[in-house]
Amino acid sequence: MVTHESGGAHHPPTGFIRKYIFSLDHKVIGIQYLLLALFSVFVGMFLSLLMRIHLAWPSAKLPFIEGGIMTSEQYLALMTMHGTIMVFMVLTTAPQSGFGNYFLPIQIGAADMAFPVINMLSFWTTFVSLAVILAAFFVTAGAPISGWTAYAPLSALGEIAGPGQGLGQTLWVIGLAIFCGATLMGALNFITTTIDLRTRGLSLMRMPLTVWAWFVTAILGLLAFGVLLAACILLLLDRVAGTSFFIPGGLVVSDKLVRHQGGSPLLWQHLFWFFGHPEVYIAILPGMGVASHVLSNFSRKPVFGYRAMVYALCGIGFLGFCVWGHHMFISGMSPYSAIAFSLLTMSIGVPSAIKTFNWLGTLWGGRIRFTTPMLFAIGFVSVFVTGGVSGLFLAQPSLDLQLHDTYFVVAHFHMIMGVASIFGIFTAMYYWFPKMYGRAMSEPLGKLHFWITFPGVYAIFMPMHFLGLVGHPRRYSDLTNFAFLAPLQKVHLFITIVAFITMAAQLIFLFNFLWSMKYGKKTEVNPWHATTLEWTVPSPPPHDNFAGDLPEVYRGPYEYAVPGAAEDYVPQHLAPEQVAKAR
Amino acid sequence: MQRKNPCAGSTTVAFALALFLLCFTLLTLYLFAKKYWWFPEPITTFGREIDRQFMRTFLITGVVFVLSQLALGWAVFRYRDTGGRANYSHGNNTMEFLWTLATLVLFVGLGIYAERAWAEVHFRGASPGALQIEVQGQQFKWYFRYPGPDGKFGRLAAQYVKDSDQNFFGLDPNDQAGKDDIVSPVIAVPVNREVELILRSKDVTHSFFVRELRLKQDSVPGMLIPIHFTATKIGTYEIACAELCGLGHHQMRSFLYVMSEADYQKWLAEQAANQ
Repeated sequence: MVTHESGGAHHPPTGFIRKYIFSLDHKVIGIQYLLLALFSVFVGMFLSLLMRIHLAWPSAKLPFIEGGIMTSEQYLALMTMHGTIMVFMVLTTAPQSGFGNYFLPIQIGAADMAFPVINMLSFWTTFVSLAVILAAFFVTAGAPISGWTAYAPLSALGEIAGPGQGLGQTLWVIGLAIFCGATLMGALNFITTTIDLRTRGLSLMRMPLTVWAWFVTAILGLLAFGVLLAACILLLLDRVAGTSFFIPGGLVVSDKLVRHQGGSPLLWQHLFWFFGHPEVYIAILPGMGVASHVLSNFSRKPVFGYRAMVYALCGIGFLGFCVWGHHMFISGMSPYSAIAFSLLTMSIGVPSAIKTFNWLGTLWGGRIRFTTPMLFAIGFVSVFVTGGVSGLFLAQPSLDLQLHDTYFVVAHFHMIMGVASIFGIFTAMYYWFPKMYGRAMSEPLGKLHFWITFPGVYAIFMPMHFLGLVGHPRRYSDLTNFAFLAPLQKVHLFITIVAFITMAAQLIFLFNFLWSMKYGKKTEVNPWHATTLEWTVPSPPPHDNFAGDLPEVYRGPYEYAVPGAAEDYVPQHLAPEQVAKAR
Repeated sequence: MQRKNPCAGSTTVAFALALFLLCFTLLTLYLFAKKYWWFPEPITTFGREIDRQFMRTFLITGVVFVLSQLALGWAVFRYRDTGGRANYSHGNNTMEFLWTLATLVLFVGLGIYAERAWAEVHFRGASPGALQIEVQGQQFKWYFRYPGPDGKFGRLAAQYVKDSDQNFFGLDPNDQAGKDDIVSPVIAVPVNREVELILRSKDVTHSFFVRELRLKQDSVPGMLIPIHFTATKIGTYEIACAELCGLGHHQMRSFLYVMSEADYQKWLAEQAANQ
């Protein structure tokens, strides 16, 4: 462990542009990422709202839709963009680049990230990538319709394969490739910062679990996004340069013989899922870290099994790279390899279960305080369990003969990757808002938000499991063509109504977030009586976090309810002789 | 100090959370038990094995699900802040070891058990006497090809594919074996006889899915993928496409007719006459 005097430190900027736009300060960059994610999540949610209305009332006239009544290709374009924006611009940015940027350096007692310029570059590269991807909406051929997974050859053939497969798909590929660059830079920065810039006394096993989660996530990002970048470049070449990485010979599309040969559609799937599965963990691991952190804080109790939690994080990260084939059980891949992928996937259930049991163990015997962040952390555990157990069905190739590519999958990944990660984001936002703005978010509004959102997400996604059991394929814009789908229309109607209400509740959150920045109740330095380093600096923290006086760490991150101490928490930075004894 | 926060340890919130988790868990169990939305009845032997494996998985994950949700609800209610201090505990290695071992055995064991149905579908090839039918996915239709009376499939070549001439497969007009091939937009098979499907795709990836067979397989351009089944119940079943293939994905429907041997022969003769 080294402490660099120079590492990351730089002078405070004076002009507006260097302070708020092209800032080198990790805290400003973190907030920039959060605002980008906030914008994206509302765009993504609006797209899903349009889709939900179409599924419930297929002939409804809709705003923002050319021609009023949604066509199949418009539905698929909304779906593709919803998935892309949510996965990349929300679930990858907010938990890791947003909160991680802001709090990782402070929690390890550093003045900034190791490479502030690269940090700034990674945000602005992400911004460009978002602009390029959104531009796909405005080209004449329309946004891409091949889903966020963009399976080749549908995504590789170009305009001949249908509407949306022209310039829109090209922009999508380019935007994603740029995003890969941004994420790779961010990952390098996170890893270097965690290894090099920890303050005196902060050994690896004294790091908060949030830091562990961001660290492991950064390693996953470094290994996964490089592969996606390569895949995107190959796909782009297939589309614009006439190569045939993913297009085999002898294809006849729209009654025309395609002049490609020798490519493999399965190669795209292997490359995509080698990235795509770790991506799921990139979205969820930071949420796990935040949940552990907050559960301990508001149970007033140390994290149960800290070491087991660290090993489980690393285990999930490692196994996450060994299971991509479970997305391909029915793809035509060798059925023998399905066995290996299946058993490895089932074993990911083990570290996941360890985490769940340890969260319960943390609550057990605690003195639980029901603040809004705590409610969302408890909600996180519940939705993580619900989303996790359905994974044990999908990990079995024989069950996928029925369940693959049905709404059961939609339900599963929305619960575990969407809802659980978003609950992690809400937990983090309500928890750290006082530190970021010196004011607290409104508790009554926060609780209202929770009490609509928590039952709401279950009411939206639980019924989708049943649609999947019946055999309802995903990515269908219309149910009228199949006799077995028609009776399911009323389920879609129910989901749409609940989705309406739940989405409306997110406006409460948006209002609370914006209003509290200016009018929230002022808070003290450490309003939650927490132990980690971010609660030792002013709110908001000064430019170099610790005003040049980097702290020293004397103990683990979750020393709550320590016998013999006057307070029920002992902060990491207090020297043993400074800890007040109980009388 | 600990009592500063007005919402700390609120009994109402604790009770509401616990009650919600209890009701949600019970409702989920009820909906699964009632089977109001459920699989259609399977018409293959491995389909019945898949259903049994589903129930085994449901049992094990159900126990994990119910215990976790209820334990969460209980902990939230029981350990709400009522003053005093929490237990100072950093965990328990014996418990960590036990639940690691238990979940490992349960989950991996379940995974090993699941391979039985998978092996029947994919490891054991079709028997030599199985009835061979080619399945072609294309935007946005299914076509099926029978070898005709000579029992031989005619040669195919991409340059002959012409939808406007009804040559969906690209049958080579110079190959005698292809003259009697039967091409149909629906598929009929005799009941209780093994059928081997050979999947191909003309343009992009599609997925052949019949719920009652419990069978789904992508048809991938550039690949020939065999699957086999023996349907045990006469009836008409819908075929869907399960892999996004473009704007008409949701319209890609066809029918599987499972017929008595006599009806099947009659159907085949009618098709041959129509070619």
